[in-house]
Amino acid sequence: MQLSRSARIALRAAAGLGFAFIYVPLALVLVNSFNRDRSASWPPSGLTFHWWSVAWENEGARAALWVSVKAGLGATAIALVLGTLIAFAVARHRFFGRDAISFVVVLPIALPGIVTGIALNSAFSTVLEPLGVGLGMFTVIVGHATFCIVVVFNNVVARLRRTSGTYEEAAMDLGADTFRAFVDVTFPLVRSALLAGGLLAFALSFDEIVVTTFTAGPGIETLPIWIFNNMTRPQQAPVVNVVAAVLVLFSVIPIYAAQRLSADTATESRI
Amino acid sequence: MTTTAQAAGRSPVRRLAGTLHRRPRLRLSLLLTAPLLWLAVLYLGSLAVLFVSAFWTTDSFTSEVVKVWSTDNFHQLFTLPVYRQVILRSIGVALAVTVLCAAIAFPIAFYTARIARPERRPLLVVAILTPLWASYLVKVYAWRLILSQGGLADWVLKPLGLSGPGYGLVAAIIALTYLWLPYMILPIHAALEQLPANLLDASADLGAGAARTFRSVVLPMVLPSVAAGSVFTFSLSLGDYITVQIVGGKTQLIGNVVYSNIELNLPMAAALGTVPVVVIVVYLLAMRRTGALSSL
Repeated sequence: MQLSRSARIALRAAAGLGFAFIYVPLALVLVNSFNRDRSASWPPSGLTFHWWSVAWENEGARAALWVSVKAGLGATAIALVLGTLIAFAVARHRFFGRDAISFVVVLPIALPGIVTGIALNSAFSTVLEPLGVGLGMFTVIVGHATFCIVVVFNNVVARLRRTSGTYEEAAMDLGADTFRAFVDVTFPLVRSALLAGGLLAFALSFDEIVVTTFTAGPGIETLPIWIFNNMTRPQQAPVVNVVAAVLVLFSVIPIYAAQRLSADTATESRI
Repeated sequence: MTTTAQAAGRSPVRRLAGTLHRRPRLRLSLLLTAPLLWLAVLYLGSLAVLFVSAFWTTDSFTSEVVKVWSTDNFHQLFTLPVYRQVILRSIGVALAVTVLCAAIAFPIAFYTARIARPERRPLLVVAILTPLWASYLVKVYAWRLILSQGGLADWVLKPLGLSGPGYGLVAAIIALTYLWLPYMILPIHAALEQLPANLLDASADLGAGAARTFRSVVLPMVLPSVAAGSVFTFSLSLGDYITVQIVGGKTQLIGNVVYSNIELNLPMAAALGTVPVVVIVVYLLAMRRTGALSSL
């Protein structure tokens, strides 16, 4: 399209404003973690590292981070197993209701979190509580795993569709049994898809607040719940600011890992 | 005889592998049992119970759930003006967020897909993706800081003699737009990137100016992607209640009303919860007609 000079300049300016809209709030969170005051008025009266050391010592935030990591690892492990099983069934078999399964897998993430949250909450309290299992880490992991299955499934099923079953058949012709073919051929083919899916699942679980609210008992506080509970307390504002800044910095890790993973898959397909 | 002797001599693992290989149905049922128990029994089961409980009522004295079939909750939902207002306001917010996202996303996507130098484009896509990995709560918290009294918004608008919107409906719309914007940019970027350059040349050869080419060539080809992005912006906004709690002031959307009913009147909360689900399903069906879902 032959754009006039002025149209080009206007589009560049609008895109620049758009990127500013995306990044100014994140930058503000970073700057604000060095804010000397407890209030968020702009510009800050002075900058200090003081709150970073205060936050480092904060027991509540540390404990919440640890709870989030445990819940994330548990949910990711379950999602990896269940998501991979469904992916193999859908990609390598034909059966009645195959399309319905792909739909049910997406449902927990497509429906509003509050609907999934109350549904699981009332199921847990009617089925598990009579058995003596209260809401706690276990129910949080079950809730998170339910909506994490889809990302593992999507990654693995996409990989399986791109690699045909002939590699496995070749391995079996050469004398490998079903298990041997899986370990030596299939697993290496899907490994990076599993890593990418696991990474996404962990990130989803780590960030979840709504489903956690309804599946965690009173004693369980994940990092998002901790932030939410402390956000409106002026006394805690500086520590919340630092935790928020740390989370913004953390978000670079999955981006970096995803870039590395796709480079990895690129080399794989080149072989 | 020899084959049985061979089979007997094999390890049990090898025999199990052989059985699995010969029986694809057995393999399939082993693959599907655990996930189906989890998703169909645990998840769909809880959802089904929730929607059935929308037809129960609550004893107004004891707050105990009365398991007698009645459509009272839905009757209230459509007749009480409070609920009607909340439902309409929520749909309005979701639509406003979608329109704002499309308006902000288009110039960004056009720049990253067609104006920026090709070697810089992958980096720009990463720049769009990065905020998706930043915590949801932190992004809303950022807007709580910006819109606070004497915050960044007030400071920027002060020279113009204005002040920021403060916490309220506008703040909720801005924060939701910010949260879901990348979901709109990415599909539009993908569509613009795949737009064949010769179509644009042909349009120019036939005498169309930039505006006419945009209206007659670019827009029709990008519209399905806008629809695909809108599935995210619309449904994610419709179900949200945390953002409204943080920056919405006294504003109430469906999610907030569901939340405030859970303790005292679970059947009413369940009935209210069906509203966003039904609206989202209707929206998905409408979008499917545009062919948007196949490009997801």
